Amino acid sequence: MHVNAFDRYYATESPLHRLDARVKVLGLIAFVLSNALLPDGAWAAFGLTWLLLLLANLASHLGPDFTFRRSFIALPFMLVALSALFAPNGQPLAEWNLLGLSLTPTDTGLIRFGSILLRTWLSVQAGILLVAVTPFPDLIHAFEHLRVPAILTTIIAFLYRYLFVLSDEVLRLLRARDSRSAAIPGQKSGRSVFWRAQITGHMAGQLFLRSYERSDRIYHAMLARGYTGHIRTLRAHVMRRRDWLSLVLLIAALLVVQLIGRIG
Amino acid sequence: MHYAPAPLHIPDGFLNLVTSLVFWALTGLFVGIALSRTNKALGEKQVPLMGIMAAFIFAAQMLNFPVAGGTSGHFLGGALAAIVLGPWAGILVMTAVIAVQALLFQDGGLLVMGANIFNMGVLTAIIGFGLYRIVSASANKTLKLAAAGVAAWLSTVAAALLTALQLWLSGTSRLEIVLPAMLGVHLLIGIGEALITVAALAFLMQTRPDLLEAENVAAKGGTGWVIAGILVSLVAVLLSPLASADPDGLERVAEDLGFLDTGLDAPYQILPDYTIPFLGETALSTIIAGLVGAFVVLGLMILVGGLLKKRSA
Repeated sequence: MHVNAFDRYYATESPLHRLDARVKVLGLIAFVLSNALLPDGAWAAFGLTWLLLLLANLASHLGPDFTFRRSFIALPFMLVALSALFAPNGQPLAEWNLLGLSLTPTDTGLIRFGSILLRTWLSVQAGILLVAVTPFPDLIHAFEHLRVPAILTTIIAFLYRYLFVLSDEVLRLLRARDSRSAAIPGQKSGRSVFWRAQITGHMAGQLFLRSYERSDRIYHAMLARGYTGHIRTLRAHVMRRRDWLSLVLLIAALLVVQLIGRIG
Repeated sequence: MHYAPAPLHIPDGFLNLVTSLVFWALTGLFVGIALSRTNKALGEKQVPLMGIMAAFIFAAQMLNFPVAGGTSGHFLGGALAAIVLGPWAGILVMTAVIAVQALLFQDGGLLVMGANIFNMGVLTAIIGFGLYRIVSASANKTLKLAAAGVAAWLSTVAAALLTALQLWLSGTSRLEIVLPAMLGVHLLIGIGEALITVAALAFLMQTRPDLLEAENVAAKGGTGWVIAGILVSLVAVLLSPLASADPDGLERVAEDLGFLDTGLDAPYQILPDYTIPFLGETALSTIIAGLVGAFVVLGLMILVGGLLKKRSA
């Protein structure tokens, strides 16, 4: 597998890339929180938030529609919110007939659905931008600075480091299964679904063992190199004036968004 | 194919602030206890182990098997992690997995991460480990595998139930639509999860029986987990029909859909990830259906466990 398969970082030079990872993490949390706090139907505030996102996109030098193009992954979940359209307390807008079922979308339902859609869309894009401009190890380090327990951040660091290795292991298992599963085109091959699930279970067990035993070897190798329970990084991670300024500006902008959302 | 989003990850914007924060608090409590126990009881060796186990869960979710009509079954792994590693380590491992899925792949939100961890990590650990722990001391392999299967199935279903309730409490989805839809899909997904978990566990029992020795399992969690597991399982089995029967949940849409009349004949379609089956049932019929389903799965697991044991003997 290509080493970058799980890497969402886009290495380039930009003001957003240079920003301290802590500021970016706090900024993302504030951004998502602000979206959640906006009342339904505060279209002006949602629009302003989108504008902030656009500015951030520009500051990342990745292109103004960078996050938009990658943001459709959250759309399948929208099906779950569709039922909000049929809120009972509102003016009926239409009568639909779907496979013999009559559905009545209402105006409050439409506002609710639109607001959920926007909140999710904005938040997802902000998340996409964060991992595109911050190397993942820096992100983990930022969480450690923000007082997330070290055990948790270390587990996550290991997860990220060995994800590539174990994914390769999975690909090998899948390739082995495929190469033993020859089939004549047009004819049914293999056995029942239960049998297939059982084979997959054995593969999961096999993967578990390989991972478990690998963790033993990794631990001993790390001990031999002086591991004490902490992962060190080379980067200094110092908050400069520019970082403080960006954080304050972003929070001020989000406060304005909130104000507009409440008044409008 | 590298990465397939699992259908239980709630994105940001779908839960309101109160629900998100309540579940963050609950999750924080569980993860906090898990961290302090890891700090006290286990050496620094456990940290690399848990990190690699988290990578294992992440990678194992790539394993799939064809079911029918182009859809495929996936493995979620929460119950297996809790059974093999113990409930506290299982919670930490699932927390790391869900955090990376949310941060790196935007599969699941930040503000709602507490709810996601609770649904897929804490709940699966309580039900998965709790139900398995009842029979972990038994010498009967079939019984143990059956318990693991039921635990895996029920933990998937309970996670779906809680997700549906959270969406409903936040005013995102209508209970009478989201509940049958979520439960309907995950009753099936849960069977796949149960089959894989049982097969994986049977494999481990043969190759590394030391990992699953009775004392080993007992040391990872006391009888408190058994009580919690049984209680939460009972709540999950009984709550689904009660929530379905909630009079508030049968308002306008219920009348518009007219599913009180058509009942079980209502047509429904299965989408790749979610269904929107407009199933309507009375509380009694749902309770019976739930119990029948549980017994069918139990029977199936005993059967599968028996077959696997025979093969190994």
